[in-house]
Amino acid sequence: MKSKRILSGPYLFWAVSFIIIPLLMIVYYGMTNQDGAFTWMNLAKITTPENLKALGLALLLSFISTIICLLMAYPLAMILSKINVNQTSFVVLIFILPMWMNFLLRTLAWQTLLEKNGVINGILSFFHLPSLSIINTPYAIILGMVYNFLPFMVLPIYNILVKIDKNVIDAALDLGASNFQTLTKIIIPLSIPGVISGITMVFVPALTTFVISDLLGGSKILLIGNVIEQEFKQGSNWHVGSGLSLVLMIFIILSMALIAKYDKDGEGNAF
Amino acid sequence: MSHKLIDLVNISKSYGDNLVLDELNLYIRENEFLTLLGPSGCGKTTLLRILGGFESPDTGKVIFDGADITSLAPNKRQLNTVFQKYALFTHMTIAENIAFGLKIKGKTRTYINDKIKYALKLVNLDGFENRMPDSLSGGQQQRIAIARAIVNEPKVLLLDEPLGALDLKLRQDMQYELIRLKNELGITFVYVTHDQEEALTMSDTIVVMNQGYIQQIGTPEDIYNEPENAFVADFIGESNILPAIMVEDKLVKILGANFPCVDVGFGRNKPVDAVIRPEDIDLVKPEEGIIEGVVTHLIFKGVHYEMEVSANNYDWLVHSTDMFPVGTQVGIKVDPFDIQIMKKPESEDEEAVIIEE
Repeated sequence: MKSKRILSGPYLFWAVSFIIIPLLMIVYYGMTNQDGAFTWMNLAKITTPENLKALGLALLLSFISTIICLLMAYPLAMILSKINVNQTSFVVLIFILPMWMNFLLRTLAWQTLLEKNGVINGILSFFHLPSLSIINTPYAIILGMVYNFLPFMVLPIYNILVKIDKNVIDAALDLGASNFQTLTKIIIPLSIPGVISGITMVFVPALTTFVISDLLGGSKILLIGNVIEQEFKQGSNWHVGSGLSLVLMIFIILSMALIAKYDKDGEGNAF
Repeated sequence: MSHKLIDLVNISKSYGDNLVLDELNLYIRENEFLTLLGPSGCGKTTLLRILGGFESPDTGKVIFDGADITSLAPNKRQLNTVFQKYALFTHMTIAENIAFGLKIKGKTRTYINDKIKYALKLVNLDGFENRMPDSLSGGQQQRIAIARAIVNEPKVLLLDEPLGALDLKLRQDMQYELIRLKNELGITFVYVTHDQEEALTMSDTIVVMNQGYIQQIGTPEDIYNEPENAFVADFIGESNILPAIMVEDKLVKILGANFPCVDVGFGRNKPVDAVIRPEDIDLVKPEEGIIEGVVTHLIFKGVHYEMEVSANNYDWLVHSTDMFPVGTQVGIKVDPFDIQIMKKPESEDEEAVIIEE
């Protein structure tokens, strides 16, 4: 027993130093003012109109991005799960390849592509087509989110789809189900855990991002991530920044709880 | 019993260069318990999947009740399958699993509930409605898979090695269970297995297959007592397969000694294979036997002793309730009707008799 406990030592040290202590520090900063006295004020800062708007917009954009990712990833994962193994690894590689490129670099590339006098508009004007002006709009942010986070939706869904026993699908067909009924009654319900982890892996980083909104939204569009970043860096007010972070964390926990609850209901009523 | 329900005509199927079924012809009668028996890779599962509609043959036709269903999708066929690894829907309760096919067909609530009750009673799992498949043992899951198939009242039930994953005792219980079910339901069973004992216990008709060819079709007694070739003789139970010469009608020369037999019509001095089951060999005093040998091995098997007798340069496998210690000089005697004479393989079909084990 003792030797096994020793093995968990490095991680325990890591968890305490880099997860638990920082978290407690954020709670401490979030719940105190400059003089170190207890206050709810930092948490309440979320209710200012501009912060509420930033939170609402972040929720909206990350929600839309998650839905788009899901709609694109599910059919793709289904196709990937059906083709044979040799080809699969190649197609999966194509999908993962961009992830090996630096995240900032990819987002910066989109900025260049989408600029008023950027590559895409250059091509459009060459063909005498109307120019596209989505840079510095919420659409560009959604595009950036979908582009960056799509693989995180594809992989968990793909992983769960390849694990579904082919005989189970044959059994559904055998019992008279059409291909569509097999999809809705068997394949989708069985893949829910993969969908849930895909949603989590897209929604959470999308909700908290400030890089994508910074680069593709100009400085005009503020998401809650940008507000927190500004509090820490420009305002140097760690107390308000921490307070807003705590509120955001609560929102994430609530969203996850909601999804988990929906999943449970989904299982119960799968039929 | 005489009505032909399924007729398979000239079925061929290959995967790439691998020919799995070659011009296979077979009919299945109504209410028959037909078993496709053979070693793995003999094409029996492919044949079952063609019947179920999961594979389509390269050539040939599947006739069901007079209609050509070769290209009909599985969900349109009047037959249901019990899969090897149960293939239950793990996200549904037992009741939902059983109701699946009936709900698709749009049956009423009361009808479905009655059917669930009836089916669970039939497989001796009353009261399991609200359990989840994962909480059941292998044998219970397999019985649910059977219940899920039979509530749809198929004309034919296809079973793909359904007992393969169960342990010996459970497998034997389930064999009787399946026979009882078949008799109670009065539907046709097409059963795939590589286990000869399972096939002998349950079937009305056994189809022995090897390398895409049918080796023999017959009742369990036919297959066991009168194997048509060395493959069947060796695959079904244990046997001594001996090269022999048919001297004349009713006389065969095995390992240099003349044995009277009952077979006729093989011609004079023709090379043949003789099959003698180990339990059909009588060990007697050396001077009373047709040939003489010495016991080289002795194993107690429970019901009988298994012995090996070395005689005329061949190790004869013998099963007997009498025990002869190793080293005993014995005579070997075989009753004429216990010797089964088979033609030597000539054509390519019959050459396909290589045995895996």
